[in-house]
Amino acid sequence: MIIDINFVGLIIASIMASAVPLILASCGELITERSGVLNLGVEGMMIIGAISGFALMTVTGSLIIAVFGAMLAGVLISTIFAFLTQTLITNHVATGLALTIFGIGISAMIGKNFVGIPGKEFPVLFESLKDTIPLLSPILFGHSIVFYFAFALPFITSYFLKKTKIGLIVRAVGDSPESASNQGINVKLVRYACILYGGAMCGLAGAYLSMIYTPQWIENMTGGRGWIALALVVFSTWNPIKILIGAMIFGGLTIIQFHMQAIGVRIPVQFLTALPYVVTIIVLVVISRDSRKIRLSTPSSLGKSFYKDN
Amino acid sequence: MHKLFIRSFVSSLVFLFTLTVAAVAKDVKAAFVYIGPTGDHGWTYQHDVGRKAVEAAGFKTTYVEGVPESADAERVLRQLANSGHDVIFTTSFGYMNPTNKVAKEFPNVKFEHATGYKREHPNVATYAARFYEGRAILGTIAGSMTKSNVIGYVASFPIPEVIRGINSFTLAAQKVNPNIKTKIVWAFTWYDPGKEAEAAKALIDQGADIIAQHTDSTAIVQIAEKAGVYAFGQASDMDKFAPKAVLTSVENNWGPYYVERVKAVANGTWSQKDTWHGIGDGMVVISDLDPSIPSNVRSKVKKLQADLASGKVHAFTGPIYDQKGNLMVAEGKTADDGMLAGMMTYVKGVEGDIPK
Repeated sequence: MIIDINFVGLIIASIMASAVPLILASCGELITERSGVLNLGVEGMMIIGAISGFALMTVTGSLIIAVFGAMLAGVLISTIFAFLTQTLITNHVATGLALTIFGIGISAMIGKNFVGIPGKEFPVLFESLKDTIPLLSPILFGHSIVFYFAFALPFITSYFLKKTKIGLIVRAVGDSPESASNQGINVKLVRYACILYGGAMCGLAGAYLSMIYTPQWIENMTGGRGWIALALVVFSTWNPIKILIGAMIFGGLTIIQFHMQAIGVRIPVQFLTALPYVVTIIVLVVISRDSRKIRLSTPSSLGKSFYKDN
Repeated sequence: MHKLFIRSFVSSLVFLFTLTVAAVAKDVKAAFVYIGPTGDHGWTYQHDVGRKAVEAAGFKTTYVEGVPESADAERVLRQLANSGHDVIFTTSFGYMNPTNKVAKEFPNVKFEHATGYKREHPNVATYAARFYEGRAILGTIAGSMTKSNVIGYVASFPIPEVIRGINSFTLAAQKVNPNIKTKIVWAFTWYDPGKEAEAAKALIDQGADIIAQHTDSTAIVQIAEKAGVYAFGQASDMDKFAPKAVLTSVENNWGPYYVERVKAVANGTWSQKDTWHGIGDGMVVISDLDPSIPSNVRSKVKKLQADLASGKVHAFTGPIYDQKGNLMVAEGKTADDGMLAGMMTYVKGVEGDIPK
């Protein structure tokens, strides 16, 4: 078989498209976790984003309202989590799990009237440049705005955490809320903001699935991607660039295993299906094995409740 | 784990509802037990369309969705039988043993189990649809319409139902075009739009210009529409999701059977039987053919459809060979239902191995 260079470009482009929801949700969750909050509700927030985006698109007909509405829905549902864990000091793990169950249930309820309705076409950028450069064109051009945003996000997130004052505050709150609080930082406020931001990104990730990637609504359509996003955050040792690498490997192997099946490579299909999970973890563990760096990037107060005695 | 939890939680809520509703009326009441959510726009969705037909015929119905094929199913069935339902439809293969077990405890309640083969008590009937007849129609269209001679097929799980579909499809396609190849990709899911889309994309990138599917979501036909290739709808008419790509769909039409059986219960004429209906009885319905199908193909399809319906033609007519060239069905013979029910080998012309 002759490998056509544009064919390779097409495959890479489809790998990138499949990585988008993982990158968005992981980068959002990363900020939440960096502030010391463990929110296991990623799947729930994503599915709420998916139904909100799709429903708003169908009802209002406006893609802009739908995309921002989905983010807002993510913010709203994560506000519940923030209120419970920060104001009422409930357990992060239990509350996060409840959020996922709640999200799946309520999205199914809202979604009843939206099953079987085709979605709208989402506009893509630079479509006219699609055939200009071999290999690179399909990768660079002809994607939705959310796609470009997702691939910029890890770099923005990295810059934000390392180089900005607010980023430093977020990390301080995550590493030692007590000292941060003594420095006059409002720990609760920072954590609220980080949780809400994570909610917005998960909402956007869900909207990408229901509006752009596979424009339709069916129950449970996130299909566990929220849990993969959560795992990526941990295995990338809270490093946004490694999240990007992990999401690409995961998406890549999922797609390449389908290609291998179609070509007729004689490897047991079950093994191929398990491959993305296994390899992504192995690669991320290997590239993150510097224990000093892990200590530096792991938020030490992750999942611990903080409350101030007055 | 969390899915199980939600399912049992939801089912228990539905129970409470069922109990309160069920306790009052006196007429014949039918209950439906679903494996998935009615919002899947596929398998369960179509059963629920059937349930609505029963309702429209003037009967009371209730349903419980998302019931796991485990001890939970038994509990659900017992509860439904206890709460005054006269006939209970269990719509997934895995409910086979729970259905028979609970049927023994409630001899006055009729049980109808979809896609199974066990009828251990006189109050258990089974029913299924010959979807492979519909797939023979799709194969005929695919073989006539392909230009690359590569047809992609997104499969779900390696069970006889799916293998039978792949074989029937391939045999029919070969009849009109001996050069075609069917490339199979196993998605190992019944519905995950993202995964199904990726599988379809891979097949299209590998040169397939027609995509068939045995998974439930509409993602595949949408991908086909974008890529400018043809596709077929599954379970329901998917034309509106991809008006250019969808050539036709195979629809599961349970309504007439459900209405007939509930009426039989009402008239006291219900008896145990095993039903395996196809195109002829209207359980398998072929949606309108797309205008892009040329008239010579159209007439071929119409003829096959009529012949399958009348029983003049069987989708598995010999000579049929397996991948290694061994004779499966001799010339002039047709595969019997036993062979069809346990079919776990590919016919010649299908590429790859069946995952074990």
